[in-house]
Amino acid sequence: MKALVACPHCDLLQYEVLLAPRATAHCARCGTPLYRRAPCGPERTLAYTLAAAVCFVLANAFPLVALEVSGQRNSTTLLGAIVDLAGQGMELVAALVFATIWLAPLLQLAGLAYLLRARLRVRHARAEIQVLRLLAAIRPWSMVEVFVLGVLVALAKLMHMAQVLPGVALWSLAALMVLLAAALNAFDEHDFWELAAGDEVPQVAGDQAVVQ
Amino acid sequence: MSEAPAFVTAARLGLASCPDCALVQRLGADGRGRCPRCHAFVTLRKPNSLPRTWAFLLAATVLYPIANLLPIMRSGNLFNAQDDTILSGIAYLWVSGSWPLALVVFVASVLVPLLKIIALSWLALSVQRHARRHRRQRTHLYRLVELVGRWSMLDIFVVTLLSALVQLNSLAEVSAGPGALAFAGVVVFTMLASHSFDPRLIWDGAGRDD
Repeated sequence: MKALVACPHCDLLQYEVLLAPRATAHCARCGTPLYRRAPCGPERTLAYTLAAAVCFVLANAFPLVALEVSGQRNSTTLLGAIVDLAGQGMELVAALVFATIWLAPLLQLAGLAYLLRARLRVRHARAEIQVLRLLAAIRPWSMVEVFVLGVLVALAKLMHMAQVLPGVALWSLAALMVLLAAALNAFDEHDFWELAAGDEVPQVAGDQAVVQ
Repeated sequence: MSEAPAFVTAARLGLASCPDCALVQRLGADGRGRCPRCHAFVTLRKPNSLPRTWAFLLAATVLYPIANLLPIMRSGNLFNAQDDTILSGIAYLWVSGSWPLALVVFVASVLVPLLKIIALSWLALSVQRHARRHRRQRTHLYRLVELVGRWSMLDIFVVTLLSALVQLNSLAEVSAGPGALAFAGVVVFTMLASHSFDPRLIWDGAGRDD
């Protein structure tokens, strides 16, 4: 039986086609990407995720940037900057920054690790479906790459008034940005849903093939 | 049915795809259902898509001029104090020689939110008027809006960092201004607006020649 797919952007009903790794199926009418085959298996995706997790720890353990002006030195960490912002009466904005550059990436890493652990054992439960749903929901709100650009802009503004010293956390954050994107790109959501509980069992077709 | 359509949509056959796992399924008589695979709520189109989109757009439109007029950053030392709006911050970058960054900030903070509001308003209006032309281009525009919206958070992150770093007692101090809150509101509301809009509405009613 061929599976049906309806385009999320124009509702056109189409048959699914088998894809080569790295390939993406596009809607025949509006061109929206429908689904894709991941470039690599869950083992490599897990490796990206764990490497990104190490970078996340480093990005939090070390100062992000230090500033030196006529003998005075001031440095800040990722969370320290957010706490400072809240201390200036900007609690709502601080909460938004916290959610987009700290909480969302952390949830993405934890969710990916959880799903990949399950994927390697090929077993799917309700909890995993909830985690996958959560990953899809927070994806637009995870903004590490925007933050890294923001750091560059801030440094450019400070360069004329002080000596600016990039910290270990800044490099870790840049590495986290790349590795998290790689992990999310390598995670095969389509494949995951097909293995999810409650769907038709693919063995049926295999049995028929044996009988014939 | 008047004529055989060149394209068959899921809705025409009483089917809908699950918003979470994309499984195509038959809906109940009331146009609702529960996905048999992942138990998500499935509806034919996003519920109240247009009213929600308009509500978020209205909120963003009200906040946009406020975000641009109020200072987003306050800096000062012993001798003087200075309020910076988004635009004066860009002007500072430009004058100090970082014009590529000035351009990036201008696009992310000024242009993208404005174009997002205009683009989504146009999309919502065109759906309400049952526009038949440029369906493919409008879908592309929607995808673009979804893609670039998050980059508007750039200035919020810059202010967060500057206000944490520049705390040098009498020499210089920077703190976030009320414009930052309004600007954060613009970013969040435009993201929610684009999330509420259902691009399938663009294609509903498309026939053989559209």
